[in-house]
Amino acid sequence: MAATVRIPTVLRPAMGGRATVTVEGSTIGAILSELTTAYPAIEGQLLNHDGTLHRFLNVYVNDDDVRYIGGVDAPVSEHDEITLLPAVAGGVF
Amino acid sequence: MLRLTTARRDAMIATCIRALPDEGCGLLVGHAEGSEATVTEVIASPNVAASARVYEIDSRVLLATYRRVEEVGANVLGVFHSHTHSEAYPSPTDIRQAPDPDWHYVLVSLRDAPTVMRSYRIIDGTVTEEDIYIEE
Repeated sequence: MAATVRIPTVLRPAMGGRATVTVEGSTIGAILSELTTAYPAIEGQLLNHDGTLHRFLNVYVNDDDVRYIGGVDAPVSEHDEITLLPAVAGGVF
Repeated sequence: MLRLTTARRDAMIATCIRALPDEGCGLLVGHAEGSEATVTEVIASPNVAASARVYEIDSRVLLATYRRVEEVGANVLGVFHSHTHSEAYPSPTDIRQAPDPDWHYVLVSLRDAPTVMRSYRIIDGTVTEEDIYIEE
């Protein structure tokens, strides 16, 4: 099943300059893993080594933040649009 | 340089005051040409970190803002947030987490009266202050 993934500008240099890519996968985890395999330069920027979502990446399926719909297990259907956006955060951690 | 109207400057400060005791935050939308940016819209966001020391823009506000700027042909220019008890300078975490070298990072310090607003570029961990030009 193929979904379109919209790539944020900060990740494009590591992904051949592409603004969108089409990726096969039926869950968010499978799709992000596939992206990392296809573009090794983004390793560690989408998923943590234990397969969980990177803390500072927002991932959406259509209008839904995947953190509220199952995280890496969130299902993806044919023609869904996935958007990646770096979290905007800061402070005195 | 960051160009702002007084109304948009005041909207940022009001967002930060309303968020007290937590840090306030929001996004800046507008047009950029080279290093000069003109803010045409201030988008207040809930601070989902709900903290006086940390901020995070609501992910739904972030997505909605990106969708809208695409429709109207504008850009997300950057982000503003407040420091409630420290100066208007990016913290080490602000610098480490700065997601985009094209962005403008506005800091509002509510520590002293009057409120202090400053704007910075953060590129590869190097912080450079830029002028804020306020117009009516």
